[in-house]
Amino acid sequence: MSTRARRGGQNLTRWFGRGWLGAGYLFLYIPIVALVLYSFNDSSVPNVWQGFTVKWYRALASDRELLDGLWLSLKIAFVTATSSVVLGTLAAFALVKYRRFGGRTLFAGMVAAPLVMPEVIIGLSLLLMLVSVQRALGFPERGMVTIWLGHLLLGMAYATVVVQARLQTLNAQLEEAAMDLGARPWEVFHLVTLPMIAQALLSAWLLTFTLSLDDVVLSAFLSGPGATTMPLVIFSRARLGLNPSVNAVATLIVLAVSIGVVVASWLIARQERQRALDIAAAARPT
Amino acid sequence: MDNGGLCALLDPMQPAPFLQIQDIVKDFDGHRAVDHVSIDIAKGEVFALLGSSGCGKTTLLRMLAGFETPTSGTITLDGHDLAGLPPYERPLNMMFQSYALFPHLTVWDNIAFGLRRARMPADEMRQRVEAMLKLVQLTAFAKRKPHQLSGGQQQRVALARSLAKKPQLLLLDEPLGALDKKLREETQIELAHIIEDVGVTCVMVTHDQEEAMTMASRIAVMSEGRLLQVGAPGEIYETPANRFVADFIGNVNLMDGRLVEDEPGHVVVECADCRHYIGHGITGTLGMPVTVALRPEKIRVGRAAPVTVEGVPDAAFNRARGTVSEMSYFGSFTVYHLALPSGAVLKVSQSNTERERGGQLTWGDEAWASWSTLSPVVLTS
Amino acid sequence: MTKPSLRGRLRRGRAAVIAIPTLWLLVFFMLPFLVVMKISVSEMDGATFQDLVRLQDGSIAFNLKFANYLLLVQDDLYFSTYLSSLKYAAVTTVACLFIGYPFAYFMARARPTVQPALLMLVMLPFWTSFLLRVYAWKGLLTENGWAANAIDALGLDHVLAAVGLIPAPGQLMNTPFSLVLGMTYTYLPFMILPLYSNLSKMDLRLLEAAADLGATAWVAFWTVTVPLSRAGIIAGSMLVFIPCVGEYVIPELLGGPQTQMIGRTLWDEFFSNNDWPMACAVTVAMVLLIIVPLAVFSRYQAESTERRP
Repeated sequence: MSTRARRGGQNLTRWFGRGWLGAGYLFLYIPIVALVLYSFNDSSVPNVWQGFTVKWYRALASDRELLDGLWLSLKIAFVTATSSVVLGTLAAFALVKYRRFGGRTLFAGMVAAPLVMPEVIIGLSLLLMLVSVQRALGFPERGMVTIWLGHLLLGMAYATVVVQARLQTLNAQLEEAAMDLGARPWEVFHLVTLPMIAQALLSAWLLTFTLSLDDVVLSAFLSGPGATTMPLVIFSRARLGLNPSVNAVATLIVLAVSIGVVVASWLIARQERQRALDIAAAARPT
Repeated sequence: MDNGGLCALLDPMQPAPFLQIQDIVKDFDGHRAVDHVSIDIAKGEVFALLGSSGCGKTTLLRMLAGFETPTSGTITLDGHDLAGLPPYERPLNMMFQSYALFPHLTVWDNIAFGLRRARMPADEMRQRVEAMLKLVQLTAFAKRKPHQLSGGQQQRVALARSLAKKPQLLLLDEPLGALDKKLREETQIELAHIIEDVGVTCVMVTHDQEEAMTMASRIAVMSEGRLLQVGAPGEIYETPANRFVADFIGNVNLMDGRLVEDEPGHVVVECADCRHYIGHGITGTLGMPVTVALRPEKIRVGRAAPVTVEGVPDAAFNRARGTVSEMSYFGSFTVYHLALPSGAVLKVSQSNTERERGGQLTWGDEAWASWSTLSPVVLTS
Repeated sequence: MTKPSLRGRLRRGRAAVIAIPTLWLLVFFMLPFLVVMKISVSEMDGATFQDLVRLQDGSIAFNLKFANYLLLVQDDLYFSTYLSSLKYAAVTTVACLFIGYPFAYFMARARPTVQPALLMLVMLPFWTSFLLRVYAWKGLLTENGWAANAIDALGLDHVLAAVGLIPAPGQLMNTPFSLVLGMTYTYLPFMILPLYSNLSKMDLRLLEAAADLGATAWVAFWTVTVPLSRAGIIAGSMLVFIPCVGEYVIPELLGGPQTQMIGRTLWDEFFSNNDWPMACAVTVAMVLLIIVPLAVFSRYQAESTERRP
């Protein structure tokens, strides 16, 4: 192939790539943009623009149902995230550190399954089991605790994946070096291993927090009277049709998430850049 | 006879060796990594375990450190049996091949890590860390993190960290493996000096002969889990115990032959292309097959037939005639491959002591090789 | 001396680390399945279940009601619902692969300085509530919505009607089209991320070697890049296909009477009909449906934890 033809082909590929990426991002973001725009629509007829307003946002302040749901969701999400990270870290350690133990394949399968299992299956089966337990022992009542259990099941699977990926890249000699220098196993964990996986633990926490905050199906199966999470409120409204109050909530959530993700990405990128500079500086002969 | 044991057996009044490795065996899932190894190491010695990968040297080192448990055998340090002691309770420290510096801690904190675990009082700890930094000349870098250091600097931190607790034994895992050639030479000397200054007993593991020979006072050559020879570098190089060691260390010509004469002062070995008159006696029976090991640098090569070589009774011994089939120029020396009548090839290494040598050998030339009576070594295994 | 107690302590520590998550999973993941299986064959007596095994006249009598399962197999409605769930999940997976593979590929081949930003832009929608984004499509596809207008303007709705994805031009909501669109949109990041992770780690020198040996870029792509990305393709496909089979929210918000999915059926049996045994039977059948891809995924996950970089 001649150089010119090859270069032409490369150019074509580059523009095709840019086009595809552009179209893809457009596809991903248009719904979000539309959502935000129509939250300022002064009309209850959907999709018909009738002027700019912030009345839907003002209405949110007195929307008891939604605010109660939000508070409950935040509480559950917080507990879920923390417990998911704890259980997930244990499971990740078991999978990465202990090469061989009886039933390892079954264990790995059980840990990973909630990642893909349809939530209706998880929700239904967990609920039925909890109902049987409740009939026998008198607790737990359907409500915040049962929702938390369902979210924890899902969250643990995600946390395990994140922590496990980080553990696998850790240099095993670091922990050996710590032991060689006199650190007992527990000291090795909290002085060496923990600081090094801290970032992974944080991202696992944030991931499971978001998952829990956003969950519909598990919450629906496992909730009880008075325990309506925010997604359930939104879902019931969305089922009935288009509702600008939902747009307003959505915009606020999008705003919060965007700020969080952008700031986090920027911080990480800056840390990486500084690190690269340091390494390059050290390599230069002094 | 030579199993690494010092003369303690002959002199019961001498104290037991500082580090005693006794009949260590390590099995992994049916595969024997270390096969009945026994070594005695004296206090203050720098001892090298030399061998190619998979020979068991690293496993042995890890058993000393406490990361692996021997299947059988004992390890005694200064009279104390190390069995059952976890790594964090052993009075020894290790410098890892990858340095294993804690990336989230500064140089200062890395060195202080072990001291903190030992609950050293703050003042004493500060003095010790500063002394260590001075020892490796990194005082100005105390506040830096590992990724802000060059490879050589990182290695020095690793060394300082492993010496900070004044261990009774220092273990080095391929200390120079991660460095490039130029840096390696400089670091070798520095490292040796520091270890000597501190005076700590040292066991190092390496696959690099140069490293072992320049840094260690005694070397143990290992292969497939077994100890093949233990001795000082010169001993190992000039009097290898068997074919494997002779071949493993440096370059060598191995010639099979038969023992035809065996006197207290000399032996004669008949090989395919030559007869060796060797100036030391061995224990053997006449007619037994032996191998003669001859190092390339000990052979003289030239166009003219050699005059009588010192110590050799007549011109029939210690010479061979062949054709130059290969020539490799290395700058400071040249290696010639001499094709001998039987088909064997003799490797000869000659220093280029003068810039231009008239009549220098080249491909296809007929040449004579000769050597003295003390150059070859007879190997019976 | 220290030997037995230290080893004992280490063993107990290790046992705890493995035991805690294992116990949790056994109780809250495995046990519920057993409960579901039991209930699926139970006779429902008002609000309680009759015993499966009873002592009757001195001998053991089983009271297993397999009627629910028979219904599943015999009733056309259930059978076709299962089939259509598999169908929609498969179509969604293919669509995600079609859109997502080039997307991940070009992301991985972009300049290294730009890649973190590209990745962040993909993650952002992922972190934003999926419920709200699905709801957004509702808005876009209803009359006068942006997407509805665009499709109308391009005349695409006639094409869609001809293919049978929508019942009639102009009716975009509550159709197979809106369902597949919604599912593809939601699960696209799940396809892109594993693919990107795989493709960005590929050694580009392999492509150079292929070029050196005479392969054009197009040929090199199909003979080198694609086979090497097989692990990513499988991971992404499983992450999309398996949950899609049992999806509930998207069919509920964007699907319609034409698009029966098994997730909705399960929900209706449980919440509307209050027929717990039936819901359980539907569940068991659903698990059997996805057991093969689930096993593939599990094994892939287990293997990936064993491979050390």
